[in-house]
Amino acid sequence: MIDSLYIAWRYLAFNKARTATLIGCVTLLAVLPLSLDLLLAQSERELRSRAELTPLLLGAKGSALDLVMNGLYFGDEVPELVSMASVSAIDDAGLATPIPLYVRFHAREFPIVGTTIDYVDFRGLEVAQGRLPALLGEAVVGAEVADRLGISAGDSLLSSPETVFDLAGVYPLKMRVTGIMKPSDTPDDRAVFVDVKTTWIVQGLVHGHEDLTRTDDTSVVIERSGANVVASAKLVEYTEITEANIDSFHFHGDPEAYPLTAVVVVPHDDKSATILRGRYLDGETPHQLVVPGEVIDGLLATIFRIKQVLDAVILVVGFATVLALALVFALSIRLRQREIETVFRIGGSRSTIARLLAAEIFIILVASASLSIVVSLIVHHYSGELVRAFFIR
Amino acid sequence: MIRVESLAFSYAGAEFHLRIPEFSVEAGERVAVIGPSGSGKTTLLNLLAGILVPQEGQIECAGVRVSSLSDCDRRAFRISRIGFVFQDFQLLDYLNVLDNILHPFRISEALRLTRHVRERAAELGRQMGIEDKLHRRVDHLSQGEKQRVALCRALLPSPGLVLADEATGNLDPRNKEHILELLFASIKAHNATLLAVTHDHDLLPHFDRVVDFSNFRSAA
Repeated sequence: MIDSLYIAWRYLAFNKARTATLIGCVTLLAVLPLSLDLLLAQSERELRSRAELTPLLLGAKGSALDLVMNGLYFGDEVPELVSMASVSAIDDAGLATPIPLYVRFHAREFPIVGTTIDYVDFRGLEVAQGRLPALLGEAVVGAEVADRLGISAGDSLLSSPETVFDLAGVYPLKMRVTGIMKPSDTPDDRAVFVDVKTTWIVQGLVHGHEDLTRTDDTSVVIERSGANVVASAKLVEYTEITEANIDSFHFHGDPEAYPLTAVVVVPHDDKSATILRGRYLDGETPHQLVVPGEVIDGLLATIFRIKQVLDAVILVVGFATVLALALVFALSIRLRQREIETVFRIGGSRSTIARLLAAEIFIILVASASLSIVVSLIVHHYSGELVRAFFIR
Repeated sequence: MIRVESLAFSYAGAEFHLRIPEFSVEAGERVAVIGPSGSGKTTLLNLLAGILVPQEGQIECAGVRVSSLSDCDRRAFRISRIGFVFQDFQLLDYLNVLDNILHPFRISEALRLTRHVRERAAELGRQMGIEDKLHRRVDHLSQGEKQRVALCRALLPSPGLVLADEATGNLDPRNKEHILELLFASIKAHNATLLAVTHDHDLLPHFDRVVDFSNFRSAA
């Protein structure tokens, strides 16, 4: 058998392209369903664990899935907005601790998560370097953000404009990075955490500029009437918050009306949770209070139904590939007729040919299996990152 | 060495019929077989080697009645007692020179690939003047070198009988003479018998005897 394996190996090594194609096909056949299973299992684990740790999530009526994906996994799809008043309403009820979330903007490709210090406690996040944000314009970044952008405490980070072509939009805000979070293997690693007010600055709802009551520049001041001053577009807004200009930042309008994407609601007990859920079942309320675990269960049920279809497709493709491989071998026997004739003439038999072909198939299967194991181990090793990078976003 | 009696063979569905009433070759003899194409020269070699089985008659090689052996025994007999040399060398491109020479030992359970066999293969390569090419790919060799490799492969099991089917047919005149010299020297050194099919009448003086095959074939 060793001699047959040797001859088969020489044949396969001589026909490198054909061998590589065959090994590639068989490897794909094994790796595809295996990797799909691994990634789905990882997705399920990641989705469920975070959902189960988040008791309730308040948001505007609309897609519960968008709300959960944005509120828990900082997904790109921004749900309908709610206002700060909804946080006050939960707080006033005395049944739960509300944690506001405003996840709409990005710094580079990472989501800026506007929240309060309660979020850090709620998720059990720890600072690895530096400190948590204490002032407007300060940010603490997740471990992956720090790693990928190569930033550390003391550096700064610019918010990304909502659209490149929005010339009249708000200038990017230069945020000071005060700390780096410890890795948590959750979407928090990919987030830039700021105080919720900082996100409103990013949006332009809160801003700072030179004191118009003290300037005499007529090209800046268009009109003065009592306490009101109308300024021209020449007025430069601050794009960085410093000790010198922090006092000039101010709200326009009612802060209670300021927007949020969601509110994490942490009830004091089961009874409080039930009462709160009952309150938000009312058809006339513009809000919905969802249990993220239930939403994720629904999503996973859909995913697994799709996976069943994918499994069937892979099975059919696999069957077709096996047939194609059998055809390749059958054709190669015809192409190798002269070689087979030589083997017969010098004393080989049909079983010799069968042994040589079996050895070739064996080597291809072993090589494919080894490659599949390596690829699967790589997929398994990086499944968390892959899932967070491609599926949960 | 070879005894053929009342042999009759035909291919199924073909009009070809070969009849040999009597034919013999003595041990150590070098016999050339000539005849027009289709006269059955190659068929005779295949019958002697046990690749084909006659419908009638007896074939005896080196004291073994080949026509009475089972399939398995015929293959073992062929690989251990007969060396085959082909016009187109029939070397395997994907094996290097040494592996081609050792090929019969790798595909048959009747032969054992030992260290001694490897040493003999290298020695045969040296005798044939290809010792520096043993690890080269065969498609990098000249025609003459390829035939030397084929000779080494045929001679490595120390066969008592060497069957050459137009072994010099693809070679230029200079290589033809040289290969024939090497073949005869090896046959003599191994005390083997040679039965060579050839169309080249210039080579006939080198043989002990010439058999004209035109007489053996009969029309249907």
